[in-house]
Amino acid sequence: MFSSRARIIGGLAAVTVFAVSACSSSSSSSSSSSTSAAPATSASASTSTSSNPLSNGGGSGSIVVGSANFPESELLAEVYVLALQAKGIKATAKLNIGAREAYYPQVEKGTIAVFPEYNGSLLSGEVDKNTTAKTTSAVDAELAAKLPSSLEVLNPASAVDSDSVTVTAATAAKYHLKTIADLKPYAANMVLGAPPEFKTRSDGIAGLKANYGLTFKSFDPLDEAGPITIAALQDGKVQAADVFTTTPAILADHFVVLADTKANFAAQNVIPLVYKPDMNPTIIAVLNAISAKLTTNALLQMDNAVITEHANYSTVASAFLQAEGLG
Amino acid sequence: MSYFSYAWGWVTQSAHWQGADSIPHQILAHLGYSGLALLIAAVIAIPAGVVIGHTGRGSVTVINVANAWRAIPTLGLLIMLVLLLGFSYLTWLVPLVALGVPPILVNVYEGVAGVDPGVKDAARGAGMTAWQQVTRVEVPMALPLILVGLRTATIFVVATATLAAQIGLGGLGRFIIDGLASTDYSQVAGGALLVIMLAVLVLVFFAILDRLVVPAGLRKQRRSE
Repeated sequence: MFSSRARIIGGLAAVTVFAVSACSSSSSSSSSSSTSAAPATSASASTSTSSNPLSNGGGSGSIVVGSANFPESELLAEVYVLALQAKGIKATAKLNIGAREAYYPQVEKGTIAVFPEYNGSLLSGEVDKNTTAKTTSAVDAELAAKLPSSLEVLNPASAVDSDSVTVTAATAAKYHLKTIADLKPYAANMVLGAPPEFKTRSDGIAGLKANYGLTFKSFDPLDEAGPITIAALQDGKVQAADVFTTTPAILADHFVVLADTKANFAAQNVIPLVYKPDMNPTIIAVLNAISAKLTTNALLQMDNAVITEHANYSTVASAFLQAEGLG
Repeated sequence: MSYFSYAWGWVTQSAHWQGADSIPHQILAHLGYSGLALLIAAVIAIPAGVVIGHTGRGSVTVINVANAWRAIPTLGLLIMLVLLLGFSYLTWLVPLVALGVPPILVNVYEGVAGVDPGVKDAARGAGMTAWQQVTRVEVPMALPLILVGLRTATIFVVATATLAAQIGLGGLGRFIIDGLASTDYSQVAGGALLVIMLAVLVLVFFAILDRLVVPAGLRKQRRSE
């Protein structure tokens, strides 16, 4: 009986972890958002004690680049660190610092100097939770106006990791789909798959109806663009799904991300969030040069390399920098 | 008490009792998933348990495998099957059946194997065939334990069928998962309360069943012991 009771408790715990992680990542930044938040507490604890002799943070003259606890964020931090080092700047990485609640205060007080962020979720998740800004320029303008005085964002990359409406290559070819608006004549016969909160989110079912006049046949609540969503799309259980735009499966399964011409989903450009007092013109130039070269496709290729092919993060990052003449 | 009234407030809102995703609809879906999984689990585990209990052959292996089997994480199995099979019936049935089989199998075996050897001897001595020994003596005498196994399996499966919602299916897990995803905690509490109530109803059902099907003589014997 003991083993059976433990089993039920374990099952419930698993459900809780799953569901809690699902709800905490209403930002669209991560394809592996269900990673445990446990590292967050330990990492933030170690960075907050600046007297810790093992910590590389602050005052030691080294620029600390942080990352959240999912592969793309770690990869981007690696890109920043290697590019800074190539220009002779002492830079160190502090990876895997959990969710925004854990790392944002660290950047605000300067224990972390540079952080790869996503402009839309930075704004709506932390800086102004009531924002209605959607486009890259509107979001960046609000960030510039509303960030605390110690922080600023540099130039946004064209690389975007946002929610999307995505279909299989076969569906796209059959109906000649390029933009979300193209779905209009067919949506009534399609099942839409997305995270459960898509049902109530303003850019979810309601947004697709208001912006594009789409009413789908039905809605299947799945996961956060994770394995279940990918499998449901491949399997034909759903014909359209909310897949994040840098999810490696887009490459592997030749999914087609439909263009969001009416900005239903907020922009999620990769953007360096920096601690102003630690910046100098060289650092800013290096980070802006990366943003200038980083496209969604380049980011997707790198994500695919580290997530699907398990390539080494720094190898992938340095290959990108070398190809773009930044390494 | 505040949790209860909070959850109860959600459960009793009339809006939640109408429409496609309403409470009655999800309860029916939940009972459907659980019922089918339990039926299959019983069809597999009861005959197997009776055979092993009667003959004693392979009992150590089977019972140990069944107990070790309980350590399989249902959620992990579910996600793995999604990746392997996509979204067929088997995807959600296999994990629930796998959860239901061990408690039934172990209890049926224990019940049949544990029948008083003197009674078994008497049955054989009275000229009963093996089939008659099993159906007229061993299974009826094992019934209390068989029901315990079925009850345990039912509670496991009813509680765990909430996982079906993880792969976009219905059932009471829908309220828990959707509520968490949209930070609507009264919905989470209400969904959890419905699962608890369903589990309690299962207990009541089995208590009644026990009164109805266990032979009167056996009940009297239990009381006097």
